[in-house]
Amino acid sequence: MKRLALGVGLAAIAGAAAAYGLTAPTPVAAGRLAAIAALEGDAAAGETLFWAGGCASCHAAPGAKDEARLVLAGGVRLKSDFGTFVAPNISPDPQAGIGGWSIEQFANAMLAGVSPDGRHYYPAFPYGSYVRMTDRDIADLFAFLKTLPASDVASLPHEVGFPFNIRRALGGWKWLFFTDEPRVAPAGDEAQLGRGQYLVEGPGHCGECHTPRNPIGGFVTDAWLSGAQNPEGEGVIPNLTPGGKAIAGWSAADIAYYLESGFTPDFDSVGGSMVSVQKNMAELTSGDREAIAAYLKALPARGDGWK
Amino acid sequence: MRFRTFVAAAIIGAAGFAPAIAADEPQVVRQEMMKKVGGATGAMAKMVKGEADFDAAATLAALSTISEVAGSIGAYFPQGSETGFETEAAPAIWTDMDGFTAKLAGLKADADAAVAAAPADLDALKAVFGPLTKNCGACHETYRLKKS
Repeated sequence: MKRLALGVGLAAIAGAAAAYGLTAPTPVAAGRLAAIAALEGDAAAGETLFWAGGCASCHAAPGAKDEARLVLAGGVRLKSDFGTFVAPNISPDPQAGIGGWSIEQFANAMLAGVSPDGRHYYPAFPYGSYVRMTDRDIADLFAFLKTLPASDVASLPHEVGFPFNIRRALGGWKWLFFTDEPRVAPAGDEAQLGRGQYLVEGPGHCGECHTPRNPIGGFVTDAWLSGAQNPEGEGVIPNLTPGGKAIAGWSAADIAYYLESGFTPDFDSVGGSMVSVQKNMAELTSGDREAIAAYLKALPARGDGWK
Repeated sequence: MRFRTFVAAAIIGAAGFAPAIAADEPQVVRQEMMKKVGGATGAMAKMVKGEADFDAAATLAALSTISEVAGSIGAYFPQGSETGFETEAAPAIWTDMDGFTAKLAGLKADADAAVAAAPADLDALKAVFGPLTKNCGACHETYRLKKS
């Protein structure tokens, strides 16, 4: 009896230790951080990543228009099944924003979801997509962000209840779902599809809204970009695969024109959260929009992800 | 026999009757109005894109259509038409009717200004087309919801 108790006790301690080790925030490998830090960031090139990455859609003040979208004061509220996340100030202000960050700290946030004080970020910040970004693009984006206007508006806390307020537990989420593997293997013109795949699966983070999630916030397998329930309430996020009715009948040129102009082939317009995303996409080169379109056309067909 | 008659009557009734009712429903009326705006926008967009030659008369007709719909569509969102007939109208229309009405008024003002300008060449059309069509997304951002 004593032995059994001892055994159970040891197993529990071992389990707790394993869980503790498993959930520890893991920063980017030192070698890669050094390689990124050695690069000279090109702010002009970084602007492309800024628009592709959709930074302004969450980090500009709610309702910000035109030039005000370059002031990343934060404050946009993202509702989810886990609580409401409030986008923080990432302007170059040294106190309120990220003006005091090093490139290593920025890389850890973008590529590992780890904050400067060594804690996990919630995946509402889409590092699960940004992890695919190249060293060069991280350095360039950081250089561009530094050129933006500073804002001293303080970041607000997330409104997340128990148990999701235990940040350490996000280590479990990362262990289960955090990967830099390609989401699909599209076949066709390699250079164009590769660029499209990089933009969509990486900085563009399209899957964060357009892919359905399981009850603990991981992507449902074999449902990439097949659409999802609108996390903010009623309605759905459209199925982007050739198996859906949203854009399956569109040509690649139609998709590229939609991203440029906001018009569907029958001249209905973009709506919902996509309005802000489309404004970002309009800032890309036509080549990048065509690459995104080519990638979407090459996706495996899936049934609607919200069903 | 009675049962068959009943079924036959039901089928005839459904076929002949349902569309007649549906066409008058506000959800359907406003969908048709939006399609007219889409058609008008498309006619001008093809000129802007260089897929069609500039046509001053067609441009003025398209702008007038948009102005007309902007001025009248607001009446087709009564209480009770929040759902049904595959409407994509967002609940925000009814929780924030003032905001929605203001968006329609903005579209109407821009469309009227464009009609008054009566674009006489492609450059003049381009000058009004961008600002006018910004209204589409600005309203759909909040007041339309994709449901499938």
